[in-house]
Amino acid sequence: MKYVDEYRDPAAARVAVRRITELAAGGRDGTGAPYAFMEVCGGHTHTIYRHGIEQLLPETVELIHGPGCPVCVIPMGRVDDAISLAEQPGVIFTSFGDMMRVPGSTSSLLEAKARGADVRMVYSPLDALKIAVKNPDRRVIFFAVGFETTAPSTAVTLLRAREAGIMNFSVFSNHVTIVPPLKAILDSPDLRLDGFLGPGHVSTVVGNRPYDFVSQKYGKPLVTAGFEPLDILQSVVMLLQQFADGRCEVENQYNRVVRDEGNPIAMAILAKVFTLRPHFEWRGLGFIAQSALALNEDFAAWDAERLFDMPGVRVADPKACQCGEVLKGVIKPWECKVFGTACTPETPIGTCMVSSEGACAAYYTFGRLHKTAASLAVAPA
Amino acid sequence: MRTEEPPPTADGRQELVLERIETFRRRRPRLTDKVVTLAHGAGGKSSAALVDAVFLEAFRNEALESLGDGALLTLPSGEQLAFSTDSYVVRPRRFPGGSIGHLAVNGTVNDLAMCGARPTWLSAAFVIEEGFSVEELTAIVADMAEAAVAAGVTIVTGDTKVVDTGAADGLYINTAGVGVVPAGRRLAADRVIPGDAVLVSGTLADHGVAVMLARGDLDLEADVESDSAALGELVEILLAAAPDTRWLRDPTRGGVGTVCNELAAAAEVAVVLSESALPIRRPVGGACDMLGIDPLYVANEGKFLAVVPAEQAQAALAAMKAHPLGSDAAIIGRIAAEPERIVLLETSFGGSRIVDMLVGDPLPRIC
Repeated sequence: MKYVDEYRDPAAARVAVRRITELAAGGRDGTGAPYAFMEVCGGHTHTIYRHGIEQLLPETVELIHGPGCPVCVIPMGRVDDAISLAEQPGVIFTSFGDMMRVPGSTSSLLEAKARGADVRMVYSPLDALKIAVKNPDRRVIFFAVGFETTAPSTAVTLLRAREAGIMNFSVFSNHVTIVPPLKAILDSPDLRLDGFLGPGHVSTVVGNRPYDFVSQKYGKPLVTAGFEPLDILQSVVMLLQQFADGRCEVENQYNRVVRDEGNPIAMAILAKVFTLRPHFEWRGLGFIAQSALALNEDFAAWDAERLFDMPGVRVADPKACQCGEVLKGVIKPWECKVFGTACTPETPIGTCMVSSEGACAAYYTFGRLHKTAASLAVAPA
Repeated sequence: MRTEEPPPTADGRQELVLERIETFRRRRPRLTDKVVTLAHGAGGKSSAALVDAVFLEAFRNEALESLGDGALLTLPSGEQLAFSTDSYVVRPRRFPGGSIGHLAVNGTVNDLAMCGARPTWLSAAFVIEEGFSVEELTAIVADMAEAAVAAGVTIVTGDTKVVDTGAADGLYINTAGVGVVPAGRRLAADRVIPGDAVLVSGTLADHGVAVMLARGDLDLEADVESDSAALGELVEILLAAAPDTRWLRDPTRGGVGTVCNELAAAAEVAVVLSESALPIRRPVGGACDMLGIDPLYVANEGKFLAVVPAEQAQAALAAMKAHPLGSDAAIIGRIAAEPERIVLLETSFGGSRIVDMLVGDPLPRIC
């Protein structure tokens, strides 16, 4: 595990924090206002809270938690559709664990399971395919969620299903793509961001080039960041360095994994299996054009949306829920009206509170503590 | 309703929100569900709500209300007994380092030991699914006999029920146990005070990870064994070395994180843990990292947490380390006065974060 320890070294962290403090001194343009950087991925958010990074940063740097949690962006109507699929006779419904607690309009997959639906947690779509092979008399559906990071594994599974002629397997695709929501955030009139920590895992597939518009069209720097705590700090240094140098570019901190051109093989597999939907609803962000992937005609026989009837009804987000504003970085999780009282990880109203990568859940479970209180308790006795 | 204007600064407003949440969290959880889900068995808030609304409501009495690992009962002679029960439904029934038989004995023995009792007698009840192999049953019962000898307890009464195929998953075991608490011994959260040291008797998360890997649906292989063991002897060694030990608890379901939260709430203190001091075996830490599971929430079956006065901590540590079951013991944190009812982790990266109660169980049926 040497590989990971290097990226969690406290001495290196202190060096990076010193550099951040120097570079960000005086705040944005010397106004004293903090630099606001959005980390796009839920994985980043999780790392930031899990390692207590916010408490290490100076007051002149603020991290805003972005929309890159695949669980958090699934709208309620799609969860209702999933539950209705799970409750059809003869179906084994398979899902990643995180999706099982996400509330639909009346219940969750976990509750459907308690009512008798055969809902099983899997770690990979290939496990769902295995279940289909083992249960030839049942219809096995995989609830596919995720950005370009997880879409290739769904695609590979579908290619295998076709190759082996496994016809009792299908996919309910809710795969989404990263660039359209970034555009939506940048177009948002209440935008108050100075730069981005770009998505690391997605970029291993799509590469770094798709983000060029962020710096070129919108004038915001972006640094594609890894997921270990030192990756985050180093990426913040790189963003601040761009401001110090008067540059505005797309840079790659995660170059031990991410190539500029991405992974062409994975991209080719995606193209074989998926087609862009004309539009898709994002939780809190509304409908975004060409932002999601459906199975293409070649895979119609494995497409749960064509094989099964489901309500397909759009369900409005609960009025009190401000997930959209949290996802866009307009408000901090704690500024939401229902945060921590009506909406908690046990009784989530919004999706940001469900997944451990959601901004609200991460803040609630790891960071729900004022900076001064935290420093009081951990100060050496 | 609060009517005055909120403070103008963001810090002030955040402080208000955090206070509001803290007040909200102190309310006992309410049961709103219509059906029982796996979350009600996971040991977190849903479990607490179910116990409160259904069981406590019906059975309410003083011995039960402490909701400890076992009940403390006083005999007419003045002697104190600890009495505890637990059911075992682990899947798979056999895993590296033990079986459901070992767990069924050690789990109940440890619950008694955490009350400060010397475990003495056990009962054993079996719910068996029709069609279950007699050979496997014999092997599991032999494990129980072996564990009972090692723990110094006698299984003195029992029961057998057989149910139709499909009405149970193979075999479930319930055990109950009784032990005597030596005169003058009292281990309780209300004795815990700021400045005390928090110790753990060995490495974390071994049992939960061993069972998860043994299920085989992760395609992960690592050399990890369950830590299932009876802790009575090690507890006596600790209490001899640190006679003013305040409180003990075995971090089974829900792990160290959950148990520390229960302590912080019961003693109205902060528990401050140091990440770099947590003893975690490399393959266990690696498996947890890959699966995105926090080892602080993973079950142990042969470890305890102890809170001892700071001045007895080194003696306690040395005594535990001299015993094979305590060779990886460590001082992992301390008790602070503020922030009340919160568990904090100083991360090895140099930051700090909250360790909250677990919501939803990543690993059902591990014991």
